[in-house]
Amino acid sequence: MTLEAHRSGYDEATYARLATDTAAIVARYPEKRSALLPMLHLVQSEDGYVSRDGIAFCAEQLGITAAEVSAVATFYTQYKRHPNGTYTVGVCTNTLCAIMGGDEIFDELSEHLGVGHDETTDDGAITLERVECNAACDYAPVVMVNWEFFDNQTPAGATQLADRLRAGEDVAPTRGAASVCTFKQMSRVLAGFSDGRADEGVGAGRPTLAGLRLAREHDWTAPAGAAPEQVDGSATDAGAAAAEGASAVGQEQSSAERRPTTPADATGATPDASKGKQP
Amino acid sequence: MSEKTIDPLTPILSETWDADRSWTLDAYVAGGGWKGLAKALAQPPADVVQVVKDSGLRGRGGAGFPTGMKWGFLPAPDGGPRYLVVNADESEPGTCKDIPLMLASPQLLIEGVAITSYAIGCDHAFIYVRGEVLHVYRRLLRAVEEAYAAGYLGKDIQGSGFDLDVTVHAGAGAYICGEETALLDSLEGLRGQPRLKPPFPAVAGLYARPTVVNNVESVASVPAIVTEGADWFKSMGTERSAGHGLFSLSGHVVRPGQYEAPLGVTLRELLDMAGGIRGGNRLKFWTPGGSSTPLFTDAHLDTPLDYESVAAAGSMLGTRALQIFDETTCVVRAVSRWMDFYAHESCGKCTPCREGTYWLKQILRRIETGSGTEGDLDVLLDTCDNILGRAFCALGDGATSPVTSSIALFREEFEAHITGRGCPFDPSAAALFDYTPRRAPQALTAGAH
Repeated sequence: MTLEAHRSGYDEATYARLATDTAAIVARYPEKRSALLPMLHLVQSEDGYVSRDGIAFCAEQLGITAAEVSAVATFYTQYKRHPNGTYTVGVCTNTLCAIMGGDEIFDELSEHLGVGHDETTDDGAITLERVECNAACDYAPVVMVNWEFFDNQTPAGATQLADRLRAGEDVAPTRGAASVCTFKQMSRVLAGFSDGRADEGVGAGRPTLAGLRLAREHDWTAPAGAAPEQVDGSATDAGAAAAEGASAVGQEQSSAERRPTTPADATGATPDASKGKQP
Repeated sequence: MSEKTIDPLTPILSETWDADRSWTLDAYVAGGGWKGLAKALAQPPADVVQVVKDSGLRGRGGAGFPTGMKWGFLPAPDGGPRYLVVNADESEPGTCKDIPLMLASPQLLIEGVAITSYAIGCDHAFIYVRGEVLHVYRRLLRAVEEAYAAGYLGKDIQGSGFDLDVTVHAGAGAYICGEETALLDSLEGLRGQPRLKPPFPAVAGLYARPTVVNNVESVASVPAIVTEGADWFKSMGTERSAGHGLFSLSGHVVRPGQYEAPLGVTLRELLDMAGGIRGGNRLKFWTPGGSSTPLFTDAHLDTPLDYESVAAAGSMLGTRALQIFDETTCVVRAVSRWMDFYAHESCGKCTPCREGTYWLKQILRRIETGSGTEGDLDVLLDTCDNILGRAFCALGDGATSPVTSSIALFREEFEAHITGRGCPFDPSAAALFDYTPRRAPQALTAGAH
């Protein structure tokens, strides 16, 4: 263990702590290798980015090469190859948010902070990023701080937010915990270690509830359910209809949900040899 | 089936979202939650599969494959493990339904996971949620913790002898992981790249074992189907697009948000409910189901939003991500931003997508900034032709949709950028706040991706 600790570059106490966490991560999966993504988050919670030490550590723990770990670390945007700021401030500049004002918010922030995309302010407080669609389009334009939602932003609001972060003040997301945590704290949660803050914040913002509120106003509801006997009732007719309807699907351009094309697809006769794994 | 009138909105998934602390197990149970599992456990698993088949539920993640049929593709049990993997990697541009669902009502998803796992004979399920939604991940971790404590997960659930463990796994930022086989590779600790099919996940999925991969909304629809029955579900929607779904309106509408309605609702009806286009403006174009679905215009206001009707009109229902753009929006700018996204997110595995999106991005940018040349539109279309049907997975195909559909609908606008040597639109007019444009659009596009 000491030799390995030396090789990864962590001191023994740190190594032991990370190894304990790693054991907890590995225990969640049937196969050890699945622990790699959470472990890279864990390494970021220690070092603030995916360091050389972190890569060596993951490789040692999982019995794979550093190159294999790097190959994964470089694939995913959230893994940082250089020290990240305390806060990642991400402005959505995907089409919807960009057009609703995200482009201007990014430009304003970039000018205000003096940094561009994926650059960090001199004080180490903020790494500015353009981010892709973050599934909050009904709250556009959106800014994410350490992946907490700041909805319906403006350039002035976003620069004020950045100033408060740099001043070390607590800032509260629109939908999220009561205050934004640090990049390292966030990374630890993403490694699967709860910080006990799930009950903070709201369940939904106004747009999330837009349809529900309208339905309540008009007393619109789902149809009443069938009586308790419905589960097996009329199954034959319904089943035939469903199967008939289904026969027409599958021509969509998604290969992800393609219908089986050979009997083997459905019967399981051919294990995926190309994966080099057997059940 | 009795011909009862169905209300314009049918809150089922969203029914408890306005409850106090709606995300907690207590609130969920108070709203009638976890009854579906009890009912499912009282039946043989095959009956649960049958009721979902009978309901006509189709995958809510975009492709619309019948959910019960997907479950039915698993080979007969061989004594080894079988897995349920929930695709919670919601990242298709414009799509914003699963994330608010999991933030407000994670227990609904967990109950769906428990029922689905029971139906398919799975004792270890995974929820793969994108890593860029910290609080959603917290809520899911907590929901699983609460469900274990209440005996809805773990060993011998509700005295049934059924065991189930659930692992919530955070991704790390990669659109491609929404593709089901890329998701499986990612969950196995690899780069998230799609696999060659067949074999399909039903045969060789996670760890090469039989696996069902379902979208969040699909799985969350299961408890009510089990509780209320297949006929109840089919009383909503159309014959071949049964049931209810979340319609997510965003962009230039007065009240953007989630509207849960029977499939087959039209944009005109949804816009009426959402207060119409902002400022009395005119609808210019919209996506029926995310950026990978061909654009529609005001000619499609009355197209029923079900799988068949949208396909017949030349697009796809996709994820019902209705991104609405009014006449202030430059379509070239919109498509250019989407292409930035596809180029950034191309996983690099296949040449048509990797190289094609790279060049599409360059050409769209030069058109937008006034350096386009006469032949550019042909090159764009030719490039799309070399991606569509030749990409390794559906995501490459999807990247061509905004390009080909926008040129078909707005060719003059592209040409105006080329002949006029620049963008004729004022970007501030499209924004939701007032500002003075700081520079010409040329400079705006210089950012990194």
